[in-house]
Amino acid sequence: MTDRISHNADTPLLRVDSLSKSYGPVVGCRDVAFDLWPGEVLGIVGESGSGKTTLLKCVSAQLEPDGGAVQYDTRDDGPRDVYGLSEARRRLLMRTDWGIVHQNPRDGLRFGISAGANVGERLIAVGERHYGDLRAEVTDWLERVEMDIGRMDDLPSTFSGGMQQRVQIARNLITRPRLVFMDEPTSGLDVSVQARLLDLIRMLVGTLRIACIIVTHDLGVVRLLTHRTIVMQKGEVVEHGLTDQVLDDPQHPYTQLLVSSILPV
Amino acid sequence: MTEPAQQPLTGYNFAYLDEQTKRMIRRSILKAVAIPGHQIPFGSREMPLPYGWGTGGIQVTASIIGKDDTLKVIDQGADDTTNAVSIRKFFAATAGVATTERTTEATIVQTRHRIPETPLTENQIIVYQVPIPEPLRWLEPREVETRKMHALAEYGPMHVQLYEQIAKYGRIAASYDYPVVVNGRYLMRPSPIPKFDNPKMDNNPALQLFGAGREKRIYAVPPYTSVKSLDFEDYPFSVESWEHCCALCGSTDSYLDEIITDDRGGKMFVCSDTDYCTQRQENGHFGPLGSEAAE
Repeated sequence: MTDRISHNADTPLLRVDSLSKSYGPVVGCRDVAFDLWPGEVLGIVGESGSGKTTLLKCVSAQLEPDGGAVQYDTRDDGPRDVYGLSEARRRLLMRTDWGIVHQNPRDGLRFGISAGANVGERLIAVGERHYGDLRAEVTDWLERVEMDIGRMDDLPSTFSGGMQQRVQIARNLITRPRLVFMDEPTSGLDVSVQARLLDLIRMLVGTLRIACIIVTHDLGVVRLLTHRTIVMQKGEVVEHGLTDQVLDDPQHPYTQLLVSSILPV
Repeated sequence: MTEPAQQPLTGYNFAYLDEQTKRMIRRSILKAVAIPGHQIPFGSREMPLPYGWGTGGIQVTASIIGKDDTLKVIDQGADDTTNAVSIRKFFAATAGVATTERTTEATIVQTRHRIPETPLTENQIIVYQVPIPEPLRWLEPREVETRKMHALAEYGPMHVQLYEQIAKYGRIAASYDYPVVVNGRYLMRPSPIPKFDNPKMDNNPALQLFGAGREKRIYAVPPYTSVKSLDFEDYPFSVESWEHCCALCGSTDSYLDEIITDDRGGKMFVCSDTDYCTQRQENGHFGPLGSEAAE
């Protein structure tokens, strides 16, 4: 894992260039550009409707942008335009080298099959055909996300929200992706579950050195997990910098408003 | 056993369908043969029997049958069930072709739920009646998405289902309509035949055609094409086996049906392939309840 990162140390893992997407007259995001380096965690914050999710979807190849480019440093042949790849390669990339953790577990998990099958699906998709090996790998990953192994053959619908998110994380990490997209991974969970999940994500991202883009409206999440932060308002980036800098010394009036709106306990 | 050719009913075109329709179906069949296992859409017609009774199979048979053909129709292996008898009569009446119950004498075998035990030859065509042609249907409800999965050969979810069965039951529990990969490329539903029959599809000398009337799809396995049943390396594909032999003909290697004989727990196991069973008995093979024992 460390080898690959030092190997590509002079190329960003992901380069987003003047990305725009509008829904008719409504602007989703406009002229967004940033680089993401291997192992780096980037937060995207802003209020509801500020274009965070649109941006994430455009960057993660789920929604084709109107303009701009997304370039990803592929394992096999270096930086490639994500939307220039054939559909087969793009889908392969999305289920091997990338991970996508959805806000709603129903979007990211198959609810008709057991947790174990959910976690193993990607391995099967890339050709694992040995049940014993598969089972061992799935067990290992469920342990890593601190799930009760006794429940691996239960359906996700019998799990609590926090457990469903853990399964979703394991399902994505099992192919050892280099880049994971997370859309509000902890919203809708109560604070103690949230704290444990954040702790887990921080641990996993840190030890596996996964690059991560996290969309959230929760500045606490940003503070805890991310190295750099992008602040969005009305589809545009208004501030961009190191997380501590952005949160402790906000320059843009909108960021100042956001930071000052955090409820004190 | 074998009914000779007769004068077809007047007022109908040969084999019921009009010539343009048959040409359209033949074009789909040719395309299906050219891409083994790939589902080809066709303009399925209303037939004088309900969907689910073999409208797809009948249309395929109608478009390939000629005056010199001999037709055999089986339903669950049997020649004498309602569905088999009425389809056989249908073609005897509308095409005037000879019909038979003997697998070896048939040039076309239309089937539902079984492949005959007697091996097929290069001179034969077997036509399957298919209720649901799409193997990914219960995994992915969107037709657009299943087509994309076929196009990109993304068949992982099918194995996920097998994984699920092993996790739940300790073995692959699917016993009929067991998914296969044809020619190393397309995932295919073999129609609801027992998995016992899957190995017979592999490298079969006969042309195998599949017709789904309601779903309007035709697919095919050309002669001598590989048909592999999905499995895991440590849970290999295996077929059913029985502790009994056929009660009538004593066969130990055919697919057996369990028949309840009374309301006190009495039962017997007999070949589901009636022709195979009869042939064996005519050749002097008998099981514990065969005619000799009964006499």
